Amino acid sequence: MSTINLKVNGQPHALDLDPATPLLYALTDEVGVGGPKFGCGLGQCGACTVIIKGQAVRSCVTTVKAAQGADIVTLEGLGTPGKPHPLQKAFMDENAAQCGFCLNGVILTAKALLDKNPKANEGEMQQALSNVLCRCFTHTRMLAAINTYAKSKAGAR
Amino acid sequence: MKFTAEAQMALSRRNFLKTSGAIIVGFSAASQISSDAFAQGGPSPGAPAMGQVDSWIAIAADGSITAYSGKEELGQGISTAQQQLVAEELSVPFERVKLIYCDTALTPDQAHTSGSQSHPVNFNNSNLGQAGATAREALLQMASQKLGLPVDQLTAAKGVIQARNDASKKVTYGELVAGKKFNLPLSKTAKRKHPREWTVLGQPLQRPDMPLMATGTFEYVHNVKVPGMLHGRVVRPPVPGATVVNVDEASIKDLAGVEKIVVRKNFVGVVAQKQFQAVQAAAKLKVEWSKGTGMPDQAGFLETLRQAQPSRDILLVDSGDSAAKISGAATVVKASYIHPNQMHGSLGASCAVADVQGDKATIYSATQGVWYQRSACATLLGLKPENIHVMFRRGSGCYGLNGADAATYDAAILSQAAGKPVRVQLTRKDEMAWENYGHAHVMDERAGLDAQGNILAWEHEAWIPAKGNRPGAARPGNIVTGSLLGFEPDTFQPRTPAPAPNAYNNNSNGIPSYVAGRVKGMNQGTGTIASERVLVHNLQSPVFTGPLRSPARLQNTFAHESFMDELAAKVGADPVEFRLKHLKSERVIGVLEAAAKAAKWEKRVSPRANAKTGTVTGRGVAVVAYEGDNGYTGIVVEVNVNQQTGKIDVKRMWVAIDAGPISNPDGLKQQAEGGALQGMSRALGEEVTWDREKITSVDWRTYHSLPVGFEIPKIECVLVNQPDEEATGAGETSITVIGAAIGNAVFDATGARLRQIPFTPERVKAALNARG
Ligand code: FES
Ligand code: FES
Repeated sequence: MSTINLKVNGQPHALDLDPATPLLYALTDEVGVGGPKFGCGLGQCGACTVIIKGQAVRSCVTTVKAAQGADIVTLEGLGTPGKPHPLQKAFMDENAAQCGFCLNGVILTAKALLDKNPKANEGEMQQALSNVLCRCFTHTRMLAAINTYAKSKAGAR
Repeated sequence: MKFTAEAQMALSRRNFLKTSGAIIVGFSAASQISSDAFAQGGPSPGAPAMGQVDSWIAIAADGSITAYSGKEELGQGISTAQQQLVAEELSVPFERVKLIYCDTALTPDQAHTSGSQSHPVNFNNSNLGQAGATAREALLQMASQKLGLPVDQLTAAKGVIQARNDASKKVTYGELVAGKKFNLPLSKTAKRKHPREWTVLGQPLQRPDMPLMATGTFEYVHNVKVPGMLHGRVVRPPVPGATVVNVDEASIKDLAGVEKIVVRKNFVGVVAQKQFQAVQAAAKLKVEWSKGTGMPDQAGFLETLRQAQPSRDILLVDSGDSAAKISGAATVVKASYIHPNQMHGSLGASCAVADVQGDKATIYSATQGVWYQRSACATLLGLKPENIHVMFRRGSGCYGLNGADAATYDAAILSQAAGKPVRVQLTRKDEMAWENYGHAHVMDERAGLDAQGNILAWEHEAWIPAKGNRPGAARPGNIVTGSLLGFEPDTFQPRTPAPAPNAYNNNSNGIPSYVAGRVKGMNQGTGTIASERVLVHNLQSPVFTGPLRSPARLQNTFAHESFMDELAAKVGADPVEFRLKHLKSERVIGVLEAAAKAAKWEKRVSPRANAKTGTVTGRGVAVVAYEGDNGYTGIVVEVNVNQQTGKIDVKRMWVAIDAGPISNPDGLKQQAEGGALQGMSRALGEEVTWDREKITSVDWRTYHSLPVGFEIPKIECVLVNQPDEEATGAGETSITVIGAAIGNAVFDATGARLRQIPFTPERVKAALNARG
């Protein structure tokens, strides 16, 4: 055990943890955020995604040691039910979820790409989401929500 | 963020009624108690009475309404529709209703939430919908007494009852309630709102859970936390059939945070303070296992099933003359179809939280049947069922019997041993190597046609291996945890030959849509073919099996609808027209025609005159009356087939769906879209695999699901509204037809017939090479 300093959605947290602990467990169990989910624990599905330094990162295969000091943004870091981020709002408007378990990975992966490349084309978006799973297959709506957001973002520029 | 689990734990039905108030009405309505739930096997002792309004509806002094349902939200959107239903029947705005579902301290026992049953069971003339209508009539009666006006001069809107011609004479539901109970049986005669009058139902409302899900603040079972909660992990056997020889507890004595090692028969698990400590303990714990029982050679395994014994045989229909009619027919067509075991493969590995303290237990579970779970956990824990409180919390998408029940048993056993609350998170492999897979099917179809191309006789024979099932109240051995604890799965009862059918039952869609379905002298099918025989051989399976979205219906429909296409091609008929010619059910015809119309179907004979090389396009059609009469879907798909690589790209889909009156068009559309895409992933790539020892499809590299980032086909839905019909199922309809429609489209494009799912590029290439 040692003291691990994590900065999550702007808040600092000093945690007493084994440095090899996957970031996901620290976020859900110690910090108490609910956005990142345990899907596979193997880096294969995206459910545990967080954004670090603008990148969509899989917190199930990232140690807390490696994440120390960085700004970690989770899904709840984007917006709240009353004041959602425009991308979250686009998902709400499309009713783009069934069970909703995958939304964390889908929204954050799309956001990281569009932040980097606001003009990302369909192929680039597909590439970014090629390792993200939704087993309810809400794909049509999720992509529609992402497109709506991408367009409004491009329009705002 | 604070989750509400602790607060909810303290919540009891009594507390609820105290704060919500209730009503007494001074008349006893002539009524019949709803019997639907009893027919499903419920309700459990101690469950709120199905026939009492108070079990379903409570109205608080401030006019807010709480509805209780035994049908839960798994992601299919039914909670939104149920909230709309109660608001509609009670004439209040949607937001006025709070819906509570699947909590053994609060809600009626409606058995499982499964198999497209929630819509028919709660939206027709019983249960939740009927409770709402009964309550509205009771409120009108009370208002009539209070205002001194006859009921027919009153109207109810927004929770206020007022005189039709004098707006000053009014009273609110809250004022009428005055802290009393309804004490009223459900009335069979209470008048329901006709779909044409609906103002809340029928609307494409946003799901109330949507803002929470999109912002990471929705409480899944994975998010439940209770004070003092520890973390558990299980250690499953390395191969099926292996038993515990020895557990070396000393092997993890140096690990920090380990609270308990639990060994019960072949169940092994660890409990630790932190999740990562439990992960490490489970990985390092030295367990010596015996050899397993081995697995059959998967190559050709399904083909061997036709000879497998013992078998339990079932005849669904048998006109007695089909074999003779086929052998004497001008044209005879035979084909065999294969469907593998597939997985639920829920995105999140299953999780549950249990707190077993002395003789009491509190359980948070993503189970599809909280009351069954209560009984089963009572058996596992040696507790009285009434001392166990099971609360549903949504898990990751549920398409049937995934690992939710197993994880719940795991948590209960570990918590009891530790004497503290325990959260169990299964690993991806725990989930995938041990879930109850969707059934494999081997299916033979045979038909005889006359010289004019009319089908005279149709025979269907299926071989289906099974082991275990839903555990229900009394069969924990039907799933992995119960089995490891020493409980037996359902016993296999061989029976050959099958007795004659004594009632028409097409729940499995074993009976094709095109036959007469004659049982006991009555034609009950949706088609016209008089000579018919459907024989099912239920066999023993090497792997656990259980219901997976559209169980048996999907597999049988793949065979029937592919075969119908083969017959049409054989006699040179248009696939849509040929189907219509053998159908008599207007609702099946309706969705078939609606899908064909949306797709601008061009009449033709398949296959098209496409080039034999390069990428070619084709279209295929399929239709089903889900469970024979519980939802109708017709579909047309357009595919591109790369004849070089064997890759199928589904470009477009047109889905027509008829589920009776449309309760929520957006929800219905979403079920149609999601079902079609999920079925497409299953048809193109999903298959459970094993070697001679163990399951080898244990993660997303070895089990192939289409990711979010693939080229998604354009989907157009036609919602066929039937305001004068009863509500039917919806969630399992489009998934049932998609496999055959893709196969038929590939045939249309290339002339190659696909008879085995999944349609991998290798299989497509083999079929392309085999075409004449
Ligand atoms: S849970 Fe991290 S990628 Fe699946
Ligand atoms: S909505 Fe259930 S996994 Fe995507």
